[in-house]
Amino acid sequence: METLKFDLDTKPLREVNQFLHGDAGSLSGKKIVIENPNGAHNVAVGLKADVDVTIKGHAGYYAAGMNQIAKVTIEGSAGSGVAENMMSGVVHVKGFASNAAGATANGGLLIIDGDAGLRCGIALKGADIVVGGSVGSFSAFMAQAGNFVILGDAGDGLGDSIYEAKLFVRGTVKSLGADCEEKTMNAEDKQILADLLKKSGHADVSPDSFKQYGSARTLYHFHVDNAGAY
Amino acid sequence: MSDDKSKELHKAPQTTPRYSATFDEYTNSEIRRAAATGIYDIRGAGSKRKLPHFDDLLFLGASVSRYPLEGYREKCGTDVVLGTRFAKKPIHLKTPVTIAGMSFGSLSGPAKESLGRGATAAGTSTTTGDGGMTQEERGHSTTLVYQYLPSRYGMNPDDLRKADAIELVIGQGAKPGGGGMLLGQKITARVAKMRCLPEGIDQRSSCRHPDWTGPDDLEIKIAELREITDWEKPIYVKIGATRPYFDVALAVKAGADVIVLDGMQGGTAATQEVFIEHVGIPILAAIRPAVKALQDLGVYRNGKDSVQLIVSGGIRNGADVAKAIALGADAVAIGTAALIALGDNDPHLEAEYNKLGTTAGAYDDWHEGKDPAGITTQDPELMKRVDPIKAGHRLANYIAVMTMEAQVVARACGKSHLHNLEPEDLVALTIEASAMAQVPLAGTSWIPGVTKF
Repeated sequence: METLKFDLDTKPLREVNQFLHGDAGSLSGKKIVIENPNGAHNVAVGLKADVDVTIKGHAGYYAAGMNQIAKVTIEGSAGSGVAENMMSGVVHVKGFASNAAGATANGGLLIIDGDAGLRCGIALKGADIVVGGSVGSFSAFMAQAGNFVILGDAGDGLGDSIYEAKLFVRGTVKSLGADCEEKTMNAEDKQILADLLKKSGHADVSPDSFKQYGSARTLYHFHVDNAGAY
Repeated sequence: MSDDKSKELHKAPQTTPRYSATFDEYTNSEIRRAAATGIYDIRGAGSKRKLPHFDDLLFLGASVSRYPLEGYREKCGTDVVLGTRFAKKPIHLKTPVTIAGMSFGSLSGPAKESLGRGATAAGTSTTTGDGGMTQEERGHSTTLVYQYLPSRYGMNPDDLRKADAIELVIGQGAKPGGGGMLLGQKITARVAKMRCLPEGIDQRSSCRHPDWTGPDDLEIKIAELREITDWEKPIYVKIGATRPYFDVALAVKAGADVIVLDGMQGGTAATQEVFIEHVGIPILAAIRPAVKALQDLGVYRNGKDSVQLIVSGGIRNGADVAKAIALGADAVAIGTAALIALGDNDPHLEAEYNKLGTTAGAYDDWHEGKDPAGITTQDPELMKRVDPIKAGHRLANYIAVMTMEAQVVARACGKSHLHNLEPEDLVALTIEASAMAQVPLAGTSWIPGVTKF
């Protein structure tokens, strides 16, 4: 596999991103290494080719934002909105992730080895997220679709106003948000969870050690009886 | 004479029945509606109350002290360029009248197609809305602005790249500080799929963006959108008029190419009546502070470094266009007016409006999806009533009329381009309008808050 290196100390980010937006055919199968990110924002955003990108260090906001097809690995921590609105591909954060990780992501897989901050998986629209550590408050707020696996604990208001996303938590949940309730895990859901654990390097963890949460669907329609929740 | 007749003759005169100005007929009907249902009133459109508006301003035509341009012969430019500051591909329009963002979902597919066709024929842009970009719309719009909203419904990077400009929506005039709403009747299978929601639910969009808070984050978000689109596309920031000086200044600092400023008369597909009528300020009061912010930051009509200003909220005719531009806008956007041009609230549908308990011109229950005109609906039968070719033609005609009317006024003021209109061409009819628009009360040199009486 051909490896190309970019050093953000010397190469402007705009040029690196434009290179990564090049012809998908010629980028396909290439391995790209980005050195010295030093917390730069918007690294490797808008990728749309079958390319393997490794960011050697910490990334700022929106790393791998709106990712399509590509595999992006961050060998450090990520700032707010990592893999926001991802469509497909894989984004792997080896360290911690800040707020709004995987926000509105439509597809693909986001793996965070460490903890994630507030609002992880906010408005999730179909992607899968696996967090090795814990997530902050208001995670999965208004999550619409997709699967969200948390190996550690969840903060306050998990899954507030959730739609059809599935949440799997191994640790404790400080509190559930409005209209979010514990569900009984069926065989199909257990299989989804087992597959995600395997894909994200947690094959040794038993799906039976998780509890599942989802929408009680009581807020789907306006009704005077729900006034307290509005 | 009988006793009865005697009583009648000597009866004290009665006063005529007197309604309260405070408890007027509408107020009482709303109290009864609230008492019966237990939920707030939801409706479409913008503020319906009487507000200080462009009608309260007049142009000072040329005379001895200035001379006019020949009305039908001398050139008066109407073109506008948007997004000169950072984008590789700025937007070039033939007229300063653009079409405001309205979603597929709130509007039917044929209505969106009509807007695209009309805007394209008129040489202007149209805009998507909460719910993503449809092929009908992209296909029929030469210049399409793609809204990037808090909900991110239907948002995907492929459509972002297909757009000619990106409008990052922070708020709108009808509901600054609130998110969109689309009730179950309009969440059909297609709309639900585009928004990744269960069919038939009452959708309540978020009011804040999910992955940024505050102006410092906004700067990074705008940079992300530029990086993803390789710095090609102008990035607009749309705000509802509340604190225009500060909001515009912060949006400019965050890197906006264009500011879209929407006053409280601006329409919505659906929100709470109380929000529409009681939050935000009229567009007349918002333009001058916005322009002042641009001037203070050195980006007002300053060549390539300029940030352009688009204003909206109650623009109805060429006089409104000319007045908005004279106060400092580069362009305007129309929403409600465009829907009326397509055929919304048309008197020929009076019998059907009556069946819905309303009348042509007052129909605003757009969220119910029963629009007899086939515009604010997802009903497959009703939407057939919109002929996109005919409706698009009417819209193009209407935009042409507005543009020509603005030229008539500009030439009378001696201007060879609409953008040469200036506040000094205007006076106000009321003290309120004078204070808000910062132009003198007609016949005086008084501007409340600026000069002494």
